[in-house]
Amino acid sequence: MTLPFAEVQAPEIDYKALSPLMATVGGSIVVLMVALLRSQFVRHTLVPVLTAVSLLTAIGLTIWVWEPGEQTAILEGALTVDTLALGVSMLVYVAGLVCVVLSLRALAAREAGHGEYHAMLLGSISGMVVLAASSDLITLFVGIELLSIPLYVLCATELRRRTSLEAGLKYLVIGSVGSATLLYGLALIYGATGAMQFDAIADAISSDAVGVGDPLLLTGIALAATGLAFKASVAPFHQWTPDVYQGAPTPITTFMAVATKAAAFAVFLRLFEHALGLSQLEWGPALAALATATIVIGNVGAIAQRSLKRLLAWSSVAQAGYLLAGVVVGSTLGLEATVFYLAVYLLMNVAAFSVVIARERVSERGDDLSALENLGQTQPWLAWPMTIAMLSLAGFPATAGFIGKFYLIDAAVAGDYAWLGIVIVLGSVVSLAYYLRVVAVMWMGGYEVELPTVPRRHVKPVAGWSPEADARAQPEVTAIAVLFAAATIVFGILPDPLFDAAREIGTALSGLR
Amino acid sequence: VTIHLSIILFLPLATGFIGAFLPRGLARWAVLAGTVAVLAYAILLLADFDSGGGLQYVTDDEWIPELGIRYQLGVDGLNLFMVVLTALAWVPCTLVAALRDRERPKLFFFHMALAETAVLGAFMAQDLALFIVFFDLMLVPFYFMIGGWGTGDRVRATTKFVIYTLAGSLLMLAGAIALGVLSTPEGGEISFSLAELQRRSVSEGTQQWIVLLFALAFFVKAPLFPLHGWVPETYRSTPIVTLALLGGVLSKVGVYGFLRIVLPVMPEGAQHWQELFVVMAVFSILYGSVLAFSQDNVRLVVAYSSIAQLGFIVLGIFAFDDKGAQGAVLQMLNHGLVVVPLFLIIGVIVARAGGSESLSELGGLAFRAPVLATLFLIVAFATLAMPGSANFVGELLVLFGSYEDKFVYGLVASAGVVLAAVYTIRVFQRTMHNRPGAAVASREIGRIDLAAVVPLVAVIVALGVYPNFVVDRTERATTASIEEARNVSQAVASR
Repeated sequence: MTLPFAEVQAPEIDYKALSPLMATVGGSIVVLMVALLRSQFVRHTLVPVLTAVSLLTAIGLTIWVWEPGEQTAILEGALTVDTLALGVSMLVYVAGLVCVVLSLRALAAREAGHGEYHAMLLGSISGMVVLAASSDLITLFVGIELLSIPLYVLCATELRRRTSLEAGLKYLVIGSVGSATLLYGLALIYGATGAMQFDAIADAISSDAVGVGDPLLLTGIALAATGLAFKASVAPFHQWTPDVYQGAPTPITTFMAVATKAAAFAVFLRLFEHALGLSQLEWGPALAALATATIVIGNVGAIAQRSLKRLLAWSSVAQAGYLLAGVVVGSTLGLEATVFYLAVYLLMNVAAFSVVIARERVSERGDDLSALENLGQTQPWLAWPMTIAMLSLAGFPATAGFIGKFYLIDAAVAGDYAWLGIVIVLGSVVSLAYYLRVVAVMWMGGYEVELPTVPRRHVKPVAGWSPEADARAQPEVTAIAVLFAAATIVFGILPDPLFDAAREIGTALSGLR
Repeated sequence: VTIHLSIILFLPLATGFIGAFLPRGLARWAVLAGTVAVLAYAILLLADFDSGGGLQYVTDDEWIPELGIRYQLGVDGLNLFMVVLTALAWVPCTLVAALRDRERPKLFFFHMALAETAVLGAFMAQDLALFIVFFDLMLVPFYFMIGGWGTGDRVRATTKFVIYTLAGSLLMLAGAIALGVLSTPEGGEISFSLAELQRRSVSEGTQQWIVLLFALAFFVKAPLFPLHGWVPETYRSTPIVTLALLGGVLSKVGVYGFLRIVLPVMPEGAQHWQELFVVMAVFSILYGSVLAFSQDNVRLVVAYSSIAQLGFIVLGIFAFDDKGAQGAVLQMLNHGLVVVPLFLIIGVIVARAGGSESLSELGGLAFRAPVLATLFLIVAFATLAMPGSANFVGELLVLFGSYEDKFVYGLVASAGVVLAAVYTIRVFQRTMHNRPGAAVASREIGRIDLAAVVPLVAVIVALGVYPNFVVDRTERATTASIEEARNVSQAVASR
């Protein structure tokens, strides 16, 4: 009896286009296996190094695959590798690298076992890469789950801290509701159009068979938008954000804040502008309303915060609102502006979060605002990055944040949403109230903090309580903060490289306005 | 000589950076040397300037082509004296600052230097987006200087100052982007270059709301009633040298913006709001004058008198008349020239009164300090626009300009001239004469302060003798700036 091997047609796989994803998935497995060796050296040094190597390989392969204007459909059209997918995965890889460096001395990595921690991180990254490239409703959902499930666990990796466990649980429950809503929405879109692939959905909508205003389709769009809004922390589906950001180990918060948002917005762009682009007139105003609500709620919510992580969480809600404005207009300019802002957002937030990490490890005030008191005198190498990050988030000129906002408002006005540009501006004005407070605490000594101070907590001395010694004890955190703050300034003055990348990414989705 | 505006622009910032890497004591001298060099360069510029020419020393490079933003600098009659004023004001203020010990001197002088670069940039920019970049950037050093080295409730004051001004300028940013996008012809490239924007046009309705956004930014900055909410707290808390720059130079950027951007680019929009802005200007003159008269804090007297003076300038601009605009441009320079020494002298006076800024606790200072009293008197006379001062010429031109078309408003504004005499003389009497206050020690002005104030006073006197020096150089550009708006206004009137 001959086995029917010969008859099976192996699917054609473009391994080149798939290679970055294979690097992270493979890296995840290798890291998990290697960490089974119980030597200190392997767990504390080799595992992070291997993780970093896997991410750097992925970055290298991404640059190799990068081909503006090219859309490579792989795995029977399940994934589309184009500049949008690659550009966003690039941001995700950088965020992953940052997370690896920031985790070097973190409690979370130690408590969760280094192997598991890093393997899950790589798993989540793979999920984001799948999500950013997904061009099929099923892959979209698979990507979202692959990114979420490791993150639920990572949030809870500081096993002995109640708030960390609470954050993990909260994220799990709310994230699952989001996933379920998304799944329902995707099912309805399939029901209305009879297609799974984005191309086919777009064709179905443009044909007369499915009207643009088809109620089934619109309900599906609404539910899908809700599900994605959970992931991107767009109001009113943002309630989990402050609690989870605060509770999760801070390196994970950093990763979550920048990478999840990038991946979520990538799929927002692809699903709405590519698959559902024709019904932009239907969902545009609704998303614009969501963006407005997000900007208002995020900025107002941040004003009263004392915890820096909560403050940054609310600020990230507000920033999601700005980003959404780029999606609303449904134009190439909007796409470019959104991706541009995602990159800028990464720079500013990584700088800010690394300062929070550096301070919370040594300060008995934890991540409270008062932990930054007089940082300008004691640790200028941390105070400057934080200052630059805050000014950039607020949109001051000579920082990348200014150019990013300029670009977004430009796109909004050009897309006939001038009022949304004004909303962005008004949101920025409100945001000054809390960003400037952080700056004032650092530089304007003797600043009276009006709210009751938090009880002091006990911290193990990292390096004998002196600020200089503390700074020396975690040079990698300071280095990350300085590096990303410097990039914020450099791209604020010479943004050309970012613009070039954004323009190349803009070629990914054709048929936009 | 070839003059490169980029050198003037970035020289202060460069010395600020150099200072940051020098030992503690040397930073101030590096920055001071930078301001002196800028002043020397500005004087060269003034000597070389061709009064018959248009925009000169133009630097025009690509900056962010994707957004249509160009690095475009230039000097013409409108901003020539603003650049000179900035260069001139920074030297004495840095000098006085350099001789007081303060905490973290490097950082303070870095901010001083950054502030000069930002203000010069706002005055020289010929691209709308570049203008806004510098306009907003100005806030950063002032935010830190007030919050870090101010007195009293300084953090609250500086936060309020930044939120007020940035609210205005962010709205202006939205307006500017809208202007750039909406004026782009079909298939054309977006551009923010002022010359290009002037050639393109947007509909009258669009101009109206965009002008309103711009006016909001400029009036907050000026400040003009009723957008002056940040003034009392900020003026009370700001370090005196910073305040001299804030009141003397920064306040001019806003009104300058009307002449440079609003009137030439959006004449129809400007014409639409003319009546409202003139009313606001007249109201500011009266309100500022009355409040200046009733203040006890010396700084606040100057603060409110500035509101009145800026009201005059806005009145001159929105009279849409050659004489009025000329008067406004002259007053922009004059007001800066008197406010800077005024605050420096106030700093000297306050130091002699044990730190008290209250008029009721000052007095009798002239007794042993004739030189101080004389200098103060000259500056005070210039402030109240005594005949023989350039301020007199400026205010007269503004009033003549407004009589042409807005006679009633001009008449009401004239009351401001009288009130100015009242509140200025009141301050002079209460500080210099009267019964000496309890803590007052009448001492002569120190050498350094003298060196800082005397050159400014000399310039005030010289301009009083020969105001045509300014008028000759600015006339052409000023007339050109309001020409469009005047034509629109006349067309509307004859309709």
